[in-house]
Amino acid sequence: MQIKEAPELYDVIIVGSGAGGGMATKQLADAGLNVAVVEAGPFFDPADPKTMTQLKWPYESPNRGAGTTRAFGGWDMAYGGWEIEGEPYTHEPGTKFDWFRSHMLGGRTNHWGRISLRFGPKDFKGKTRDGHGDDWPIGYEDVKPYYDKVDKLIGVYGTNEGLENDPDGFFLPPPKPRLHELFYINGAQKSGVPVIPGRLSMLTKRINKDRGVCFYCGQCSRSCSVYADFSSGSCLIFPAQKSGGKVKIYVNSVVREVTTNAEGKATGVSYVSKDDLKEYKLKGRVVILAASACSSARILLNSKSKQHPNGLGNSSDHVGRYLHDSTGASRAAFVPALMNRKVSYNEDGTGGMHVYSPWWGDNSKLDFPRGYHIEVGGGMRQPNYGFGFNANEFNKFFGLNVGGYGDVLRDDVKKYYGSVVHMAGRGESIARKENYCEIDPTTVDKFGIPVLKFNYRWSDLEVKQAKHMQDTFEEIIHNMGGEPLGDKPSADIDYGLLAPGRIIHEVGTTRMGDDPKTSVTNKFNQLHDVDNVFIVDAGPFTSQADKNCTWTILALSWRASDYIIEQLKQQNL
Amino acid sequence: MDRRKSIQTIIMGAGASALMFHGCKTDTDMDVPVASDNNAYFGRTPEELERIEKLKAIQLFNEHEMETITLLSTIILPPKEPHGGPIEAEVPEFIEFIAKDIPELELTLKGGLMWLDHQCNVLFDQEFKTASVDQQKQILDTIAFQDVEIPLDEQPLEIQFFALMRNLTVTGYYTSKVGIADLGYKGNQPNIWDGVPQDVLDQHGVAYDPEWIAKCVDQSKRNEIAEWDENGNLLT
Repeated sequence: MQIKEAPELYDVIIVGSGAGGGMATKQLADAGLNVAVVEAGPFFDPADPKTMTQLKWPYESPNRGAGTTRAFGGWDMAYGGWEIEGEPYTHEPGTKFDWFRSHMLGGRTNHWGRISLRFGPKDFKGKTRDGHGDDWPIGYEDVKPYYDKVDKLIGVYGTNEGLENDPDGFFLPPPKPRLHELFYINGAQKSGVPVIPGRLSMLTKRINKDRGVCFYCGQCSRSCSVYADFSSGSCLIFPAQKSGGKVKIYVNSVVREVTTNAEGKATGVSYVSKDDLKEYKLKGRVVILAASACSSARILLNSKSKQHPNGLGNSSDHVGRYLHDSTGASRAAFVPALMNRKVSYNEDGTGGMHVYSPWWGDNSKLDFPRGYHIEVGGGMRQPNYGFGFNANEFNKFFGLNVGGYGDVLRDDVKKYYGSVVHMAGRGESIARKENYCEIDPTTVDKFGIPVLKFNYRWSDLEVKQAKHMQDTFEEIIHNMGGEPLGDKPSADIDYGLLAPGRIIHEVGTTRMGDDPKTSVTNKFNQLHDVDNVFIVDAGPFTSQADKNCTWTILALSWRASDYIIEQLKQQNL
Repeated sequence: MDRRKSIQTIIMGAGASALMFHGCKTDTDMDVPVASDNNAYFGRTPEELERIEKLKAIQLFNEHEMETITLLSTIILPPKEPHGGPIEAEVPEFIEFIAKDIPELELTLKGGLMWLDHQCNVLFDQEFKTASVDQQKQILDTIAFQDVEIPLDEQPLEIQFFALMRNLTVTGYYTSKVGIADLGYKGNQPNIWDGVPQDVLDQHGVAYDPEWIAKCVDQSKRNEIAEWDENGNLLT
């Protein structure tokens, strides 16, 4: 079979259209470059009524919103999931990693939680801080100007609190707390756990004429049809096209490898079209990978050539290594003081928390390094599949019968509606060389491309962090006058520490550093080995913080884009 | 944005009415989504639609089983004015679909229905659906109250069955139009969140911290484009 090569030479080929790819598209197209975006999934516009799930009612679907085909519920706007038919991944026996992929224009930005936290000064200097892991080759001062620009371009609500490691920014005003959030504030503060307004990328106030303002349906996970939340398509790629940028989008195109020439420089990419299962080639002066940390590592490792026998950018043998996800553990509570609620008002709010707890601990007094933040959930939410299960389970706290049938069930449902509060800890794990993904030569996906094999184990440090989370949750529940639900996760299940990958903050597979022997990219997200290849997803993260990674992906992608523009001007690429 | 439309009047929650009292008329200018003209999509991908059609073409429960499911659902949640019951909520149709959508449910449901008829035959020499209400309740009372100390999947099948039927009936009802009306849920529509109403705060014995609230969005300025000074202080 002959591989079909498009005649056009693009200035830049961007693989992936999520946060990193979207930002690079916007910056490079705005700079007048001719950009090709290659996306493995279909076109998606949150405003298209055909694909829209926002404001749907459960009864519009025969399964009432059950998550049978979408892991986070039937209305969730991520095409893909933990398992995708025909696109497997494997594991080293005895290790765990769950890999969430979303193949569509905008990728996982269409459904993410929009929690938008800057890394703080300490987060870039982990080794200096406590001896664990490595320092980034850059510091907060390098990224701050870009965080500022991202805040203003995309919009994030929050407040300037003057906290050392949770920096101030350019925030839109936050929404007022919901009822259960007031209980959380009181409960947490009693234990000395600070609570501040949430920081999420939803427009509580207009930022430009092209995007709408939040109308408080609480459904950002369904991707906002008036563009009042941050999704990569609606906020970056479409605006880049609208302002006259040259952006050609190739959808349903699964990139197999980066192609190189005799000098070892990248010449473009080859991809398999999902429409006809044929292989195609695109030519570009610069290739930017933004396919997600693990997918980009996979592309590099599969890009073997005479010049790059170990895979592209992998002379250090570090591609795929230092893979790490946030730690995560959670607990829910029944709060009797939240029973018998008036349903007189709409409590949907924004599609996420209005308040949260940034890390407060003093590690010198703790048995683990780094920290975690606490996310809080609850309230009178839209009923969907699962609503009313075990309708009167909380009767057990009052010595009443559980179960039964008849009119009493209606009363029970209403009595307990909105009386559960959830807390979830999201913390920083230590990046380790021993945790990695690699190519599994024994398995290919349905496009014939070798797949990833994961090898990942938590260490005691992460387990101890989870234990601290559980102790904290229980104390806060007690302070709220609540009853913790289920047994407290114990040591034999790592205190409820979720499997790596489950928090979907996987980073580090192409980490940046000054030394080409121990890192894959330099401080401008550029491969040490090949100067016209850049990685702008979370792969270059030297370490994850106890923060969600998206805001830093956006800032670093913008920074790398500025560098690319400059280098092209100087004809260095 | 082409697909955006602005509306002058919207149905607002209690939190927002206070705002309207203080605010100006333009506050109610909102960007709201345009509804699809073809509800058959409900945002499904072509693959999901195909899967749904395939499931719908299969008949999982026979007529007798469907009659028993319908009867049982109305015993679990008897209809009540003005919001009807499981039949108005299409609970039996939902159970037929969900047992195909989530195949792990099938055996518990089918096995449990068989158990009901068997038990009723042993005790009263007839099928469950034709037994008297008293006889039906006599059987259900033996399986309707689970022991909360024992995990459900370690309890006898008939107890698991009833718990599942109750869960599916309650969830099916409260995810229907009539059930949501019965619950009184006010969300899933454009509105302006401006905090918990005072009477609700009072009922639950909590209050807003004035310092906190001072930092929150002034909804009368939500449509003014954000501008900041160089230190990140919002000016508009």
